[in-house]
Amino acid sequence: MQTTQVIQSTSRGLFCEPGGFFIDPWRPVARAVITHAHSDHARWGSQHYLAADTNRQILPVRLGSKAKIDFAPLGKPQRIGGVTVTFVPAGHILGSAQIVIEHRGEIVVVSGDYKREPDLTCQMFEPVRCHTFVTESTFGLPVYRWPDPRAVFKQINDWWRQNQKTGKASVLLAYALGKAQRLLAGIDSTLGPIYTHGAVEKLNAAYRESGIALPDTIYASNLEKGTDFSQALIIAPPSTLGTPWIRRFGKISTGMASGWMQIRGTRRRRSMDRGFILSDHVDWKSLLQTIEETAAESIWVTHGYSDIVVRHLQEQGMHAKVLETEFTGESLDGETASSTEEPA
Amino acid sequence: MIEFSNLYWQLDSTNKTNEKVAALRDYLALAAADDAIWAIHFLVGRRLKRLVGVRMLAAWATEQVDLSTWMFEECYQRVGDLAETISLILPPAATATPLPLADLIHNHLLPMQSMSEPEKRTTVLNLWSRFDQPQLFVLGKLMTGGFRVGVSKKLVTRAIGEQFEIDGATIAHRLMGDWEPTESFYSRLTSQDDGEAEVSKPYPFFLANPNKDHPSQLGNFDDWSLEWKWDGIRAQVIHREDQTFIWSRGEELITEQFPDVAAAAADLPNGTVLDGELVAWDFKSARPLPFHQLQRRLGRKKVGKKLLTEVPVVLLGFDLLECNSHDVRKKSLTERQLVLTELLQTVENSSLRIPPRVAADSWESAAMQRDQSKLMRAEGLMLKRRESPYQVGRPTGDWWKWKVDPYTIDAVLIYAQRGHGRRASLYSDYTFAVWNAGELVPFAKAYSGLTDKEIRKVDAFIRKNTTERFGPVRSVTPELVFELAFENIQKSTRHKSGVAVRFPRISRWRHDKAIVDADQLSTILELIEP
Repeated sequence: MQTTQVIQSTSRGLFCEPGGFFIDPWRPVARAVITHAHSDHARWGSQHYLAADTNRQILPVRLGSKAKIDFAPLGKPQRIGGVTVTFVPAGHILGSAQIVIEHRGEIVVVSGDYKREPDLTCQMFEPVRCHTFVTESTFGLPVYRWPDPRAVFKQINDWWRQNQKTGKASVLLAYALGKAQRLLAGIDSTLGPIYTHGAVEKLNAAYRESGIALPDTIYASNLEKGTDFSQALIIAPPSTLGTPWIRRFGKISTGMASGWMQIRGTRRRRSMDRGFILSDHVDWKSLLQTIEETAAESIWVTHGYSDIVVRHLQEQGMHAKVLETEFTGESLDGETASSTEEPA
Repeated sequence: MIEFSNLYWQLDSTNKTNEKVAALRDYLALAAADDAIWAIHFLVGRRLKRLVGVRMLAAWATEQVDLSTWMFEECYQRVGDLAETISLILPPAATATPLPLADLIHNHLLPMQSMSEPEKRTTVLNLWSRFDQPQLFVLGKLMTGGFRVGVSKKLVTRAIGEQFEIDGATIAHRLMGDWEPTESFYSRLTSQDDGEAEVSKPYPFFLANPNKDHPSQLGNFDDWSLEWKWDGIRAQVIHREDQTFIWSRGEELITEQFPDVAAAAADLPNGTVLDGELVAWDFKSARPLPFHQLQRRLGRKKVGKKLLTEVPVVLLGFDLLECNSHDVRKKSLTERQLVLTELLQTVENSSLRIPPRVAADSWESAAMQRDQSKLMRAEGLMLKRRESPYQVGRPTGDWWKWKVDPYTIDAVLIYAQRGHGRRASLYSDYTFAVWNAGELVPFAKAYSGLTDKEIRKVDAFIRKNTTERFGPVRSVTPELVFELAFENIQKSTRHKSGVAVRFPRISRWRHDKAIVDADQLSTILELIEP
């Protein structure tokens, strides 16, 4: 079996030996190259970080202001050790980038998390032809097929309007980083006031500082008693569902925006009033399309339905293998396991 | 189809009755008659005769999108529903062509019943190419007969009634028995009330209030008639114009669920209405079977022969509302019961019974009888003023229920889950445990009984003392003790503790007790009647 020595999986993370760095390491290391700021990829504690410069505002929010982070422009090759590293947009969230590593003519792309649908808050994914493509598989099953995001935003607007008529606040649950801002940029902000949870508001600020246009939002804290939320949209992380924090809004309708909402049972078990199918990960079709566009000889599949995707690719005659990582993709309960424990 | 599919998903996305009724009304307001009647057909739980097996559909879909069989299985395992899995793997139509529900059924689905397999396949593939995913899902459910969306017949009845401003009882009457989902039936269903349903109409029930003091407060014992308070289903049995109807107190027609009682009622003279309690009956000991036996008879479309033999149901008739087509509710209870007794004696059918009497001649002996309620499988006594007419609703003064004290035990809070609706953000659903061989074993769940203030306190305790989480359930440090009240107790193989209790609720928070003071399982087992 053909193997490449450019990257390998280790107990601390994906290691690029000729470059002397780790990609999205899950234990502290000397040099970490980061695909994006979600906490299962950008973990705290490494000595030195390198990320695409679109992360300049958001990564310090995640890693702490003391973290030593260098930023590199998108599309500009950097020499690191014996390899060349280029950040290429991944379309997942603001700052998300594929890491393209070239070593003696061999190209390996670690794509991190990615999607192919348009998103007003980040640059579109750009396929890169390579020898080895490392892909996520969070939604790597044929049952995941994303609807047109414009149709989903229309559903959200309609739901908000309907709630306004019945005097209910619309509580929309979404990841604090990425999804929340994508929603803000996509919904019809003229419908009513928009309130946000602290975790969301902090990142809104970072997005605005990065030059991403977001509608006005109000931080839902220390609000006057008796504030009327019946016309409002509230954007909060999923972990707030059923907590005392959410009680302040009075009569509410709850909605959740996630790829998992594709499945009726998942939606119902979450006892959410509405589920909106909106994901920042690739669906099945885009996953296969992307693999084809990279023309890679070897596909390494990480977090998600990796076994199933690998078996499918092998059946198609491709060289594919599972790459064990500690990435979590999109969990149902929040952005990642650590998102609820994130420092305030 | 698109409208019907939208209705399905609207109904699916709410568990609030009012929202469901509103969605149904919105649909009915706009739907064409032939579509609407098919929608009603499915919503009340009727289905099409078998068209094609769901596994066959799965095979065609898998083939159509060129998936491996193993891949379909992987998908199905994660989705958990075959029709849904199929709807998700199929490519959605680029533009969904409008196909009215009735058109779909008459011109595509029903013809399949007489088709060969390849013809069926062609029909199905053609249909699949015409819909988007939400519609494909609903189509799958229509084809495979697994259409369930959490609306009851009663809810549909209510929505039709409200939409067309027709009495709900009339709609229920019109929806009874065999009807064909045709346009002409729909126009009859929604036509203004012409009194044809009078024949089935029940009277409003007369309900009793709880008696809290000693009944000697009610005055002279001889002015009162005593009955057992049965633990069954309150019902009115109507026989008019050679037709029989059984209504529950929830104003639901339940005739079809109780064929044994209905058959007996058919022998009543025309123009008779009885009020009574449906109970599962133990002919040997001449008392009801435990309530859980009756439960086996409920919520079924068809009652099989075996079940009819194992759990015979009778009506214990305790009042007469109509006799010889005359409303006799104004007459005194004594007079009504006199005629009732004569009537039931002439019918002499074992499924309509005069209830066993309460042998008491004073308030003291009544109290002693009441203490024996559990032996009669009764919940206590009913005290009815002999002179009272049959009234409407729950007026005070003439009818009292004097229930026996519930069982109570002290138990420890061990698990908690979030509540629903108003309590969705609070841990208000609890599981309680009692001691067994030095271990706390889960014994009952209870949701009600605490004040809002107490619930908030318990909620705060739970959040601070969570030891483990299993999905939505939190395991908490055993520390809080509550007194639980419950109506009845039975052996159960389904529960870890080996017992199941009926209607458990929290009667008070025992701040004064520590967990060592909670009851032993053995104490509870002793409460089980032999």
